[in-house]
This record gives sequence, C-alpha cells and structure tokens, in this order.
Amino acid sequence: MDKSYSVVHRSLAKIDALGLIQGKPAYTDDLAPGDALVVKLLRSPYAFAKIKSIDKSQALAVGGVACILDWKDVPRIPYTRAGQGHPEPSPHDRFILDNYVRYIGDEVAIVAAEDEATAEKAISLIKVEYEILEPLLDFEKAIDNTVVVHPESEIHDMFPIGFEPGRNIAASYKMRIGDVEKELSASDVVLRRSFFTQAQAHVAMEPHAAFASLDIHGRLVIVSSTQNPFHTRRLLAQSLGIPIRDLRVVKPRIGGGFGGKQHIHVEPFVALVALATKRSARIALTRKEVFESTFTRHRMRIDIEAGANRNGVLNVMDVRVLSDTGAYGEHALTVFMVAGSKTLPLYNKMKAVGYGGAVVYTNHLSAGAFRGYGAIQGNFALESMMDEIAHEIHMDPIEFRERNMIREGQTSEVFKIMGEGSEGVEMVIESCKLDRCIARGRELIGWDSKRLSWEVSPGIVRAHGMAIAMQGSGIPLVDMGSATLELQDGGWFKLRVGATDLGTGSDTILAQIAAEALGVGPEDIKVYASDTDHSPFDVGAYASSTTYVSGNAVLKTALAMRKVLVEAVAEKYALKPECVEFDGKNFFGPEGAMLTNLVDLSFDTLYHDRALMKTLSSTASFTGGKAPPPYMAGFAEIEVDLGTGKVKLLRYVAVVDCGTTINPNLARIQVEGGLLQGIGMALFERVVFGDRGKLMTNSLSRYAIPSREDVGEIIVEFAESYEPSGPYGAKSVGEIGIDTPPAAIANAIYNAIGVRLPQTPFTPDVVWKAILEHDPGPTTPKNLRPQTQLPR
Amino acid sequence: MILSCTVNKKPVRLECEPGEALADVLRAAGYKEVKKACGTGNCGLCTILLDEVPVASCSIFAARAEGRAITTIQGLKKEAEELGAYIAAEGAEQCGYCSPGFVLTALAMEREFRAQGMGRFDELAARHYLAGNLCRCSGYQGHMRALKKYWEARNG
Repeated sequence: MDKSYSVVHRSLAKIDALGLIQGKPAYTDDLAPGDALVVKLLRSPYAFAKIKSIDKSQALAVGGVACILDWKDVPRIPYTRAGQGHPEPSPHDRFILDNYVRYIGDEVAIVAAEDEATAEKAISLIKVEYEILEPLLDFEKAIDNTVVVHPESEIHDMFPIGFEPGRNIAASYKMRIGDVEKELSASDVVLRRSFFTQAQAHVAMEPHAAFASLDIHGRLVIVSSTQNPFHTRRLLAQSLGIPIRDLRVVKPRIGGGFGGKQHIHVEPFVALVALATKRSARIALTRKEVFESTFTRHRMRIDIEAGANRNGVLNVMDVRVLSDTGAYGEHALTVFMVAGSKTLPLYNKMKAVGYGGAVVYTNHLSAGAFRGYGAIQGNFALESMMDEIAHEIHMDPIEFRERNMIREGQTSEVFKIMGEGSEGVEMVIESCKLDRCIARGRELIGWDSKRLSWEVSPGIVRAHGMAIAMQGSGIPLVDMGSATLELQDGGWFKLRVGATDLGTGSDTILAQIAAEALGVGPEDIKVYASDTDHSPFDVGAYASSTTYVSGNAVLKTALAMRKVLVEAVAEKYALKPECVEFDGKNFFGPEGAMLTNLVDLSFDTLYHDRALMKTLSSTASFTGGKAPPPYMAGFAEIEVDLGTGKVKLLRYVAVVDCGTTINPNLARIQVEGGLLQGIGMALFERVVFGDRGKLMTNSLSRYAIPSREDVGEIIVEFAESYEPSGPYGAKSVGEIGIDTPPAAIANAIYNAIGVRLPQTPFTPDVVWKAILEHDPGPTTPKNLRPQTQLPR
Repeated sequence: MILSCTVNKKPVRLECEPGEALADVLRAAGYKEVKKACGTGNCGLCTILLDEVPVASCSIFAARAEGRAITTIQGLKKEAEELGAYIAAEGAEQCGYCSPGFVLTALAMEREFRAQGMGRFDELAARHYLAGNLCRCSGYQGHMRALKKYWEARNG
C-alpha cells in the first residue's frame, strides 16, 4: 500500500465552510422564491380516527387562500416515504392523504395561501368531523390486537417481508445458525435479559423544508433538504402517479439529517400545490411538526438468551426483537435486521445464533432511518449482555470480549445470512483493529479490572464501563454511487456527484479523492451535488455509504479521467497512450520529453484542435461487493450521585478503526458528533407519550438534546488501519460513533451501583429508583421491568 | 405596522404584524443569515445582537426592536471570518446551520470576557456562556478547540 498521499489523509477545511459560517443563503428555505405560496398542513388531533367529513367552505372564503386539498383531492396510491433502493423493503402502506388518520400529527389537509398567517387562519376554519377510534399505543400488545391500524385493502409489500397488516405486523424475520437449544443446555451459564430503547428524535437543526415549481417545460422542480434526491424523485413520482421524467429534484445545502431526511415528508404536499395552482409553493416545518410528524428511531424491546462457559467461551445467543414502527412501516424490516446483522458478527465464534421477531404497527408517529439504524439498539442489548455474562463468570469484561470477538482475516456466518431486507453477502474481514482499539482505549481511560468503581466522596461514586461496536460501509450489491469528471478550460475539473453532503463534509472528501487520483490540487476540483437533472445517479447519503461507495466511484472516475487525458494527448501527438505520462501538471512523451500541460491541453481540446476538439470527461459507478465494517471501542468514565441519581459523564474515550481517514478532522468530528447523539440517547433524550398517544416531548424545551455543558472530556483516536477495498484504504465513519454510549454508560452505571439498567435513557429519576430498589446484599443484577417472554 | 431600527448599522423600516417574532420579520426582509430551528428560544440558532447583546430573535417581538440596533452575522463579516477560519480549520461547522448564531454569541462572549479581563481561555466559562447555542452535528468538541486556539491567537 502506498501511503505517501498529497491530498487525502489531510485535514483540509470543508470547501463550503466559510460561506456556511457566515450565514450565506444556502439552505432550502433560504432559497425559496419570495412569491411562492406558503403551504401549511392541517394535522390530526387524534391518534386514530376516521374522517367522516371535511368542510372547507369557510376556509376557502378567506382572501389569499389559493387551494385546500383533502384526501378526496389527491391520488390514492399506496407508497412508502422511506428513501431506499428499488423495490423498497418497506411496505407501501401510506397515502398522501387518507380518510383515516393514524397518529397525532398525521396529515388531514394541505392548505396553500399567500402568506403564513392566512394559511394558518384557513386551517383554523376547516371543519373536520372525526369518528374517534380506540388507538393502539402499547407495542408489546400490538400483535393480534382487536385494534387494526391498517384495515385498508390496497396496501402491500414489494417482496415478501413478513407483512401481515391484519395482525398489525409490518414485517417479521427469523434466522437460525447451529442448534441454539442444544448450545444453551450445554452452557455452564445461561442468562436471559430484556432491554428497551426509546423513540429518539433526530433533531437535525434545519427543520424539513421544500419548495416546488413548474419550469418552462411544465416539469415539476422540487428543491428539498433531502438526503437522497434520486430516491425522492422516484418515490415522489410513484406517489403522485406521474412519470419520473417529469420530475427534477435539487438538493441545496442541508442543515443536518442523521437519517431524518431520508424520506419524503414534505415533498408531496408542495408538489400537489404547484400542480394544482401552477404556482411555486414552499413548506418549512415547525420544530413541533418535526417532533410530532416526521420520524423517530424505532423503539425496541430486545430479549437475549445467552449461554457461555465459565472459561470465558461464549457459546450461543438467541435474540428476539420487537420493534415499534408506529403508524407506517418505513424501514421496518431493515432497521430490525441491522439490530442483528451489525452487532452479532462482533462475536463470530458462537456455535449457535438465533435472531428473529416482528416489527409492529401502533398509533404513534412513524419510526424511520436514524444514524445507527438498529445497530445502536442491538448494541445496547448485546454489549449490556456481554457485561452481564462477564460478571456472572467473574471475568473482566474486556477479557471476555477479547476471547470471543472477531479479528482481522476472519468472517461471520451472519454476514451471508443477514442483509438489509434480504440475504447478505459473504465477507472476510480484511481490516479489523478492534484489538488495538481496545488496548489503546483502556490505556487512555485508565482501565483497572480490580477497580471499575470507586468512591470519591460520601455518596459520590465514579466508575468505568465499556463497549465495542461495528457498523457497515454502505449496503453491498444494493447501494450504488456514480461520479462524472469533466476537464474545463483553464485546466480544472468539474466533479459532479449524486452523493449528498448533509454537512458531514462529503463533498470535500470526494474532491480530495479526485484530486489525489488525478495528481492535481484540491482547488482544481469543483464539486456539484446534487441535482437529479445534472448529477449522475447515487443512492444518497445513508447507511454509512458516502466515503466508501461514492468515494470508490469518484476514485474510479478519476483514474478513468487520467486515461482519457493521456489518450487525448497521445492522439494529438500521434503516440501510443502507453508512451505518455501525466504528473498532474504536465504530459511527457518518450524519454521524458515534455509534450504539453493540463492548462494548454484544456484550451486546445476545447478551442484549438479543430477536428480533434472534444469534451474530455469520464463517468464511473461503484457498488460494493461487500461492506467492510468500521469498528470501535468506547469507554465511559461516569460519576453517580447516589443521593439524586444524577449520572455525570466525565470522560468518553473512543478509539476507532475506519481505515484511512480521508480527512482526519472531518472523521474526528463525525465520531464526536455521533458519540454525543449516543450519549444523548443514553442520558438525556427522554421520550414521553401521553395516554392518548400525544407526544409530550415535542419541543426543545421538553426534549433535551445534550448541550455543550452536559458532557466532560471526549477523546477520539483512530487506530492505524487500511481497508484494501476502500478508496485509499478508507471505510465509513458516519454512524460508528453513535453505537457504544448506551451500553458503555449502562455498564459503567452497573459497575457504580450494582444495578443493570435495561432501558434507555438513564435519567436521574430512573437511576435514583434503581439505587433505592437495589438490595445492597447480593450483587446479582436485576431488571427494572418485569420479565414476560417474547414469542420465538 | 412599521418597525424602524437599524440592521447592520443601516437604518431600515420593516413591515411587521403585532405579535410577530423578530426572527420571522428579519427573514421575510431577506436577512436569511438568521436561521430558525426551534421557535422556543432553546437552540440559539436565530441569535442576533440587539444593542450588542445576543438574544434569540425567535422569542422576542419584532416591535421590541423599535429604535434599536440589530446586528446579524453579516454585520460582523470581518470578525466572523476571523473566528470562522478557526472553526473551519477544525471542520467543526459541519452542516453550518447553527454557525451564524453560534459565531455571533461567541463574538459577544469574547467582548465580555475581555471586558472582564480574562487572561487564559476559560473553557468552562465559555461552555457556560455558549450553552444556549445547540449543535446536533459536531459534538461541540471542535467548537471548543477552535475557540481556544482563536482566543490564544488574539489574547494570548
């Protein structure tokens, strides 16, 4: 491997940094035309109801109201809002508007007016008569409940996913490797635990926004804060019943996504208004709407039965999962599968593994894609369980992991059996420095297995806890990215990609990869992304795919561009291409004779070379034959106040193997940001639903994302690692940071107070209750929730 | 009604409704650098300086700005660029949506800390001052590294 890089593996500033910092108009709502109609939505006040009638007459009489659309005015085509490959693994169980509303915040009517105040006034004047239905709010009671969330007949899956809406099941799955029962009965120690995770909110700082207009050709142009313009175009065309060719989707800068903008939440509404009124239409959700009416993380219950021997050999795990997808089944099966497929391969030496369960409908707002995508839920359960077993067999939790975890050169049967919504692919791990991540992490945190907790003053206990994690790098043989390079007069290149920079800096690292491969400076690569009319296809930013999938596409494109340049020079000088060399600036012929340079070539090929004139460009695509996982070890140092139950995170150490860091600063920030979201899920982000299904934590006053005062020191390091299949040795880094905090902090809390907390988040009330209930006599852990068994 | 004030030292007359938030009036008047994210005064993204004091413009009535001096990030271009270069060097702006509010608050903080005679950069004090400026991308660590380097370069 050649590691003498000039542009990659360098911490360049993001190419858009200064413009964004100065607040230049760059985001969707900054760019919406001033004369666009303002679109607002009338939303359901009931968790489950049938619309008996809608009277729009008074609202339509308000001056400045352009149109009001209800379920009778819009196409009745079942579709999914989930931005995924085609055919989507999510059921088509949703209509743009329906005569049923299935959660508080579900859309009832679309109102477009000259200004916001008029739109709001019109909304207040729409008279809706509802038949209020009994909602289904307890996901543990969803299967075969008398309340059926989706009784309608038109909805369907795109391929078998275990879809049984009559039983409130959006998807189900089961797999077995080896003889689970036999291995359980042969194990020295068998433990069974249940874990629960909450419906975390994404809270991307920019609320969802879009605007639509009809262009001079009558095509519908949508500008949207979307993570996946091409999926948006396809899903939108399908939901509206119009040809894909009549749509163009443009993504400007995006104010954060984290999976929350991987869906079509707002686009259909502005599209319908633009089509109905032939005018531009804009929408920007309020924060309350983002909380109540977009998506959350899938709430899960994860039951694990595990068997191990006293010598530290982990024999078997049987995992049963119940996932709450809310009112609609976006990402139902795939998130559910990732909870197993991106956790269980960590311990690849088990003789038997079982994984299965169901994803159920309830009358809560829908769950969807969210950074970690099931892996954080699965990791919390798995890595809490690993500590439980280690304590049971009196082994240091690190030693127990090291004896059982995956190593470089190894594989896991799970890779082949479990993909995302279908089978996976076989994969031998070519880069895995988990061992070094753990060794360095324990050094940084000062891990001492004889002293995992200690009292610093009366009633104040400090403790360490840890967890390891893996993620993926795109979805193998499903995700595809493309890039186009074109030489411009002056000797620089346009780089057009369909990849979508959510703020991560992916445009910058793609430019770095192109510059490195071409041998030019990063300033000579100008990135344009992403616009379905002008960018080559890319599935978009999700599943930790951009660096690996789109990055590999850019690398292939740039290497092809080198060839195109050399061939053009060879043709011009009547040489064989193999006789021409290019060093990024100049072209040399036989015996090192200087032929021309890139700047001259760029003018010659566009203006001077008469019959030889042409555009020099290259396009290439990449799809991964595998998805090499990044790995990390996370270590928490906490302080628990035994009198109040408050847990302070003093330090968090993360040592990450993401292969080569294309831009070390941006990789580090990805990890730091991911960690804080994971820490938020572990300690702060409590989700409360009222007993009629109302989301009570529906504002930033009530839903606490971590502030900069809420955490102590965060230390991130990268293990030296090189992934042979990645661009310049890179794997992904977007999600891996979020996975470990819930388990590492839960393990630290256990070490501090001797109680296993099975449910996130660990807010002071929960911890205090656990301390009170803890019988200080025996040190056996106990769950806070009563144990009832999930069906196999 | 008409609101008379200055924005970035320029006298302006802005149309507004009674009860309208200052952030909405400013954005409608084209000051798109004022971002909106929570509407409840929790996140700090819509921060502007009102007579030099950072305030959440989503949570004050536009009418309260009558006769006063409003500064957005565009009014402190040079300062924002200087601090911005440190943030960019860390990659800490990430999506950038919270940056204008954060940078304005950080510049106000610098002025206050200087007035208090702060010598070495006090990270805890800075974290406290800036606690109302939320960011969901960066994890804040890069912000703080940038601020420390910026402070040390200018006040060290």
